[in-house]
Amino acid sequence: MKRRITMIVLIIFCFLLQTTLLQTFSIASVSPNLPVILTVSFALMRGKREGMFTGVLFGILMDVFYGQVLGFHILLLTIMGYLNGYCYRIFYDDDIKMPVLLIGVSDFLYELIVYLFQFLLRGRINLFFYIRRIIIPEVIYTVLITLVVYRLLLALNHKLEKAEQRSVGSFV
Amino acid sequence: MKKKRNDSGKSKLMLGIITILCAVLIVLSFTTDMMSGPLRYVTGVITPIQSGMNAIGTWISEKGDYLFNTTDLRSENAELKKKVEELTAENTSLLQNQDEFERLKDLLELKEEYEDYPTVAARIIAKDSGNWFNVFTINKGSNDGIKVDMNVIASGGLVGIVTSVGPNWATVRAIIDDYSNVSSEITSTSDNCIIAGNLKLIDEGKISLVKLTDADDKVTVGDKVVTSEISNRFLPGILIGYVSEIETDSNNLTKSGSITPVVDFRHLHEVLVITILKNTDEAQEDIRSQAQTETEMTVETDTQEGSSENGKDSDAETEGGEE
Repeated sequence: MKRRITMIVLIIFCFLLQTTLLQTFSIASVSPNLPVILTVSFALMRGKREGMFTGVLFGILMDVFYGQVLGFHILLLTIMGYLNGYCYRIFYDDDIKMPVLLIGVSDFLYELIVYLFQFLLRGRINLFFYIRRIIIPEVIYTVLITLVVYRLLLALNHKLEKAEQRSVGSFV
Repeated sequence: MKKKRNDSGKSKLMLGIITILCAVLIVLSFTTDMMSGPLRYVTGVITPIQSGMNAIGTWISEKGDYLFNTTDLRSENAELKKKVEELTAENTSLLQNQDEFERLKDLLELKEEYEDYPTVAARIIAKDSGNWFNVFTINKGSNDGIKVDMNVIASGGLVGIVTSVGPNWATVRAIIDDYSNVSSEITSTSDNCIIAGNLKLIDEGKISLVKLTDADDKVTVGDKVVTSEISNRFLPGILIGYVSEIETDSNNLTKSGSITPVVDFRHLHEVLVITILKNTDEAQEDIRSQAQTETEMTVETDTQEGSSENGKDSDAETEGGEE
């Protein structure tokens, strides 16, 4: 229960950060993608279910506030959380290489799908321009932010896990 | 082991449910106007926090600018002073012209073409979470009389249009956004064109101009572009920018190019929302009712003066016959 509330507060806080501070500090009008970082991180640290939960919540916020179509981001982020959840069991969570790699790949695919559905379908066919101008800079920025954010998320996760163990211990 | 499999089955089931739900939502949002419905009101809690966080962000970046830009400011100051002198000279001559214009206008009894639109000032508090679109949130909503499709301006030029409204917030789609299309016209020749937002041109600070019909080759670089009378959402005569590039399309009928907007979209903090809507429904109803009364009148005249007309017709025929 405590975990759920912490998660919801964290996700709303990150969404606010994404739409305000990160937009102010965008480099070359590109800002990092916190929703992807959080969704993938929680999928890796906690498994498919938690990844999907994070994805759904972020998706709802993004679609309700700025979406063209309700459901598009929800679906995309949920699937991302689910697929990254497959790596939950083969993953030691204090190794940073794996999350960085997965977040980079996920962000790239995520933006590519956004491009396919919202730009290519309207006849904006110059894929390489968009990859060069938006996708690659965003992936790099996101990966750099991950190096910091992931450690914070990991620390938070450990804290929550400890608290849970303690409460379980008190029952026994 | 069994428990684990059970768990993964459960999450697979959840994924399936969410996928179907999303598919339904996507279809619904294409077919209905659910997006502008009550859902918007649920999110009203978040905007005040956004507003506060954005204030912190702008404060920090302003302080940063202040530290880094003092040398730039000095040279800019000298430049601006020179410009002020130039502009004062220009202003005096323009004032004279204005006097003359007023006199001539009184003579012609021209009515005021550009009335001052009533506006509400608003602050930009948040931007779209991704990097693809140029949509932003402002801190005024339906409580301040803002409605969907109202035009947004800043520093004398068109910024965008309100796309959705909550009680204390509204989202605005900028005209540089890739989805945006504004029907507009070139003031010098009154030729119509469409100003279409294009992500590719944003870095150059331009907006693309398409479907310009200019058969006489009169539109040149530097011509003023304003919103058109025929647009059904944008009020007429709002300045958008100046033509910066133009060339003939491969079909030889239309031209396309780009314009430089008057608004600096990178450093936009405050905007004005024009609180009147371009009400084409009423106008169309007007046209329809007028057409109806006209047909009624003609019918009446037909029935009343039918006999006399017939008489005239026969007269004409007989005249023709005589010739």
